[in-house]
Amino acid sequence: MKTIKFPLVLMCVVALLSFENPSYEVGDSVTDFKLKNVDGKMVSLSDYSDKKGAIVIFDCNTCPYSKAYNDRIIGLNDKYASKGYPVITINPNDPEISPGDSFKEMASQAKKKGYEFPYLQDESQQVARSFGATNTPHVFVLKKDGPNFRVAYIGTIDNNSRDGSVATKKYVEEAVDALLGDKSIPTTRTKAIGCGIKWKD
Amino acid sequence: MNSRKFNALIDFMSNVIVAFLLFVSLSTYAQQAEVIKFGKLHSLLEEKGEQVHIINFWATWCAPCVKELPLFEALYAKSDPRVRVTLISLDFADELNKVNAFINQRKIKSPVLLLDEIDYNSWIDRVEKSWGGAIPATLFINQQTGHRKFVDRELKEGELEKIIASLLNE
Repeated sequence: MKTIKFPLVLMCVVALLSFENPSYEVGDSVTDFKLKNVDGKMVSLSDYSDKKGAIVIFDCNTCPYSKAYNDRIIGLNDKYASKGYPVITINPNDPEISPGDSFKEMASQAKKKGYEFPYLQDESQQVARSFGATNTPHVFVLKKDGPNFRVAYIGTIDNNSRDGSVATKKYVEEAVDALLGDKSIPTTRTKAIGCGIKWKD
Repeated sequence: MNSRKFNALIDFMSNVIVAFLLFVSLSTYAQQAEVIKFGKLHSLLEEKGEQVHIINFWATWCAPCVKELPLFEALYAKSDPRVRVTLISLDFADELNKVNAFINQRKIKSPVLLLDEIDYNSWIDRVEKSWGGAIPATLFINQQTGHRKFVDRELKEGELEKIIASLLNE
């Protein structure tokens, strides 16, 4: 009996491990993803292989925090795309639960605000799950490291969700500036304040 | 008119006036949210007493929060002396009028405080370390033992009572 039991236990452990959600921590390398952009074209992270990194932001149309941060997200792309850290926004909300986050509404938001960066729909929510994103907006600053992208910062954009002009800590800017200056990032992890992602049932 | 009749009339009139004033005050009374800073919330979290204190974090724009508010209101309406309910709105403070209108419209009776603290990372861990920052979120505190239970999702019907019972029976 013993010889049978042991492999059974081992199989259970392996099964448990494979079910565990491997959300990213700072330093982890990121698996490539491919999602549909609001212009209908597919965009993958590997399309950005010639960049120094990327600012991946899980975001949406409907959350008041996303609305409050919208101009600051556009500002991050304006400031850092030319320096090698473009913004990539991803909407993970289930449009069944949040109709304001449908593909059509996403396209109209991108058009209205003149997004010069992708606004991707994470229809299966697999990308949000693999990143371990929980809220919108939820930022992951990635740094190119050889063939991989590695997570350098996870969290919120700054310390004033209502008014960026009086924010005293601009976490994302400080992180990207540190990466550009080859310095260590002062704060690598904050809590991403915002609305919970609307997961499918 | 003899003095007894006069006194009876005065009594009657004063009863009418009291009833009228009571009616007016009840019909026009609506709670206003009190705007607070973290210091006040912190003292609520640390307060010692005999009750289980249920502190719910919500906002007018958060659909699942609004959906579960009647559960807290029903609990508050029971006036169970062992239970205390506080609703903490995380709406932006410049939208206080919107919060008060919401309270008025929904006739919210549980005390509502609006937490005006924009730098969430400076206080959120002091409420609960495991809190990722999304709402709804509800903290249950047994004021006697200091034991806590934290739920960072929408509560289902009957769940409040179960958690309260588990904290009361320890």
